[in-house]
Amino acid sequence: MNSKDEILQRLRAHTRETYDMPNLDFETITYDDPVAQFIETTTTIAGAHLIEAKPSDDLNELVHKAYPNASIIASNIEGINAQLNPDTVKKAQDLDHTDVGVIRGEVACAENGCVWIPQTMKERAMCFSAEYLVILVSKANIVSNMHQAYERINFPEVDMPDGKHSDYGFGTFISGPSKTADIEQALVYGAQAARGVTVILTD
Amino acid sequence: MSTDHSKRAAQFNADANRVSRHDQTFWGVRAKRDTLAKGIPEWEQLREAASQIKKHTITHLADYLEQFEAAATRNGAIVHWASNAVEYNSIVSDILQSHNVKKVVKSKSMLTEECHLNEHLELQGIDVVETDLGERILQLMKLAPSHIVMPAIHITREQVAECFSNKGVSPLSQYGVDDPVPDDLSDPTYLTRCARYHLRNNFMTADCGMTGANFGIAETGDIVVCTNEGNADMSTSIPKLHIVSMGIEKLVPNYKSMAVFQRLLARHGTGQATTVYTSHFRKPRPGGEMHIILVDNGRSSILNNPDHWQTLKCMRCGACMNTCPVYRRSGGYSYSYFIPGPIGINLGMLRNPAEHYGNCSACSLCCSCDNVCPVKVDLSTQIYKWRQELDSHGNADPMKKIMSKGMAALFEHPSLYTSALRCAPMVNHLPECLTNIKINTWCEGHAMPVMAKASFHELWKKGLVTNENKK
Repeated sequence: MNSKDEILQRLRAHTRETYDMPNLDFETITYDDPVAQFIETTTTIAGAHLIEAKPSDDLNELVHKAYPNASIIASNIEGINAQLNPDTVKKAQDLDHTDVGVIRGEVACAENGCVWIPQTMKERAMCFSAEYLVILVSKANIVSNMHQAYERINFPEVDMPDGKHSDYGFGTFISGPSKTADIEQALVYGAQAARGVTVILTD
Repeated sequence: MSTDHSKRAAQFNADANRVSRHDQTFWGVRAKRDTLAKGIPEWEQLREAASQIKKHTITHLADYLEQFEAAATRNGAIVHWASNAVEYNSIVSDILQSHNVKKVVKSKSMLTEECHLNEHLELQGIDVVETDLGERILQLMKLAPSHIVMPAIHITREQVAECFSNKGVSPLSQYGVDDPVPDDLSDPTYLTRCARYHLRNNFMTADCGMTGANFGIAETGDIVVCTNEGNADMSTSIPKLHIVSMGIEKLVPNYKSMAVFQRLLARHGTGQATTVYTSHFRKPRPGGEMHIILVDNGRSSILNNPDHWQTLKCMRCGACMNTCPVYRRSGGYSYSYFIPGPIGINLGMLRNPAEHYGNCSACSLCCSCDNVCPVKVDLSTQIYKWRQELDSHGNADPMKKIMSKGMAALFEHPSLYTSALRCAPMVNHLPECLTNIKINTWCEGHAMPVMAKASFHELWKKGLVTNENKK
């Protein structure tokens, strides 16, 4: 018998009493104004910056205002001026030394500042190796809590560089910049991934 | 009457400042958890739901594992099954060898500690680089973690600075970056920057990224990894080969249950509303491979244990350690098992009672752990039960056995008991050189108590115990 069958057999033989799945439809925290709560959470506990864009604002100008010293911007979002495109770079390593990555968040959660970033580019390394990250979030996509967020998250299908139309099968919730407190519990932003995050809220 | 734990705890306690710092650090995390708990009205419902989801999943685990394997395979991942640590280690080395891997970047995984994977790979000449900052510090210092979530919290900034300098992680100037350099080279921000670029170089040149799994989702085949540093994401977005190591008990049925655990994990573990990254790995990268190794290593046997099967609900958040008064004042290295604290006492006993029974003394039965555990593992009840079994394992303390027999004789003979009680105040007049002796371990760290002149029993009989006397 192979290990898989052995393990499954042991588990079945060793299960004594079985338990039912509980009802998970209990009431969960919701906010009267999830947008205001998301702004509050993002700019305090998550440690990120936040810009509320007006319809007349030019996104490139906002990115430049947030990171005026950036010389290499990476993005595959249409209309964003970028020096590097994660869809067309040859390998993930080529995105190292990116100053600012501009990406789109699909769902944002007010209770903890998490923003769902599904991979929609060939090299997702840009979401992590860029020194700073700008995340575009539409106000309409802000929910109160993680239960609602998990109902909404998706892995969108895109036209891949190799011609296939499929999803990349990766997504991550990001809440603020990379951080660590591993040395004497001193909080330091920018451990391995983004040192700083700016969320731009659009209508 | 000292156990191995209490002997090591005595060494840790030799430095009072260190103990206070350690105690305050973890109590601070516990306090942050409490603050967050108060902000969520459905907190207790979440804990109850988490416990029930785990009970359900664990008692249907074979079915969920099959469902998970089918989903992951559909997604293009390659699923392996390992009965034990030896098999697990050899699966990993086979994958690495077949891809000619020289360097692995690895994000934190307690399972790989459990199976001693790093040692196994290093013997084969593979460069294993831990990428969680705390784990990397410990790896460079050749030390084991002292906590499962904050592994290097017992190391001082000066020790880190010295280690980084010896191992070439510092100075920052070698990386050609323009970050400011402070006067104090043991500044945590400076040291973190050095580690950032040191690890960045490793991410860029590694052939394989390894992660653990905080959760596996049976319905979708997702592997969920939660970090604050983003090191699991760095490890898996640059090398094209990703190996996931997951204990079989980490499965949850679906996204609806995942939401419950996502809300509980960081709030309990570190007192944060969320980890910075909650990453869902579903498919291999374009042109890459994703391997998932499902590891049993004793878990399926625990399921059969009526007193201890619920340890399988544990999601390794560390909350029981943070709250434990014994852990906070004795440190992770006082425990013989690599997972310390209340959950570690139980897991160690399940692994090997002869080796780890000494940890059973590291509990005051205050039950705080039971009340903070997000999945309601009955930790202290389980420790109590292990203590009842020590004698049948041949590990009961002989001194305590004699005392228990003596106490049994005393309590079973009322006349003997009352005479002993009447004589007790005489002890008050004995000189300390007779009472504070080695055999009387009570006197370690305490003065002898003063025996009351009249016992409660006597006062009660004389009608002197009344409500009116209550102040």
